[in-house]
Amino acid sequence: MTDGILGREYPAHTFEVEKGRIAMFARAIGETDPVYFDAEAARAAGYRAIPVPPTFAFTIGLEGGSPARVIADMGIDKTRTVHGEQRFDYHGPIFAGDVITSRQKLVEDYEKKGGALRFLVVETHMTNQDGEAVCDLRTVIVVRNG
Amino acid sequence: MGTARFEDLAVGQEIPPLTKPAVDRLQLALFAGASADHNPIHVDEGAARGGGLPGVIVHGMLNMAFLGQVVTNWVPVGRLRAFATRFAAMAYPGDVITCRGRIAAVDGAGRTVDLALTAENQNGEVLLAGTATVAFP
Repeated sequence: MTDGILGREYPAHTFEVEKGRIAMFARAIGETDPVYFDAEAARAAGYRAIPVPPTFAFTIGLEGGSPARVIADMGIDKTRTVHGEQRFDYHGPIFAGDVITSRQKLVEDYEKKGGALRFLVVETHMTNQDGEAVCDLRTVIVVRNG
Repeated sequence: MGTARFEDLAVGQEIPPLTKPAVDRLQLALFAGASADHNPIHVDEGAARGGGLPGVIVHGMLNMAFLGQVVTNWVPVGRLRAFATRFAAMAYPGDVITCRGRIAAVDGAGRTVDLALTAENQNGEVLLAGTATVAFP
């Protein structure tokens, strides 16, 4: 059931982007570019601080419960979910030290293959501490009902 | 990083591919913690099988992170304007992922390039089919 969930914006969540977390994420993906580990290297490359890798915004969303809260609120077992599609639209950079506010909303809920697969589309809008839009995420979650 | 000149770019050109070391369970555990994706299907065999999977699967977002690296090895991360993928097939521990990018469109006025991206496993099976838009100075 999506009553009261579809289209509802969840309460905003804020997340402080710590440089240690960026380094941990970068190591976990096998990234070695010093801009993700060393503020001096980042500045030398023209950034005002350590930048985040392209998919790090999804982790900021996860920390705010996007899309896990939608899945849980709909009573769906997360072990039956897989990621179908992911999109990022970058409006501005995210750096170590930024405080990012995320707002998530379930925007679509539909089925395919006679109900064997259910698709949930969650959009997450992120702004920084100056109120500037930095990233919009569109996440398609596939629920295997079969 | 990022030595490509906009004036030299044309549709059909390929960017340097990236082959990652085989994904192992340690990497899945580290990525679960670092990324905050705590779905047990990526680290717990029992939970994965209970969810109807043959065993633990690689996080789709780890594969997408690899796909991001093939782009940011080519241009600095600050140049990315959009990045999207479809997760077409699952990856498993031991898989060797190769990421490729090809220029799909060049916008001379906006000085942006659209890339068509793929991540494939050691058998050539496409796991991710994506796109990225990157800006040039």
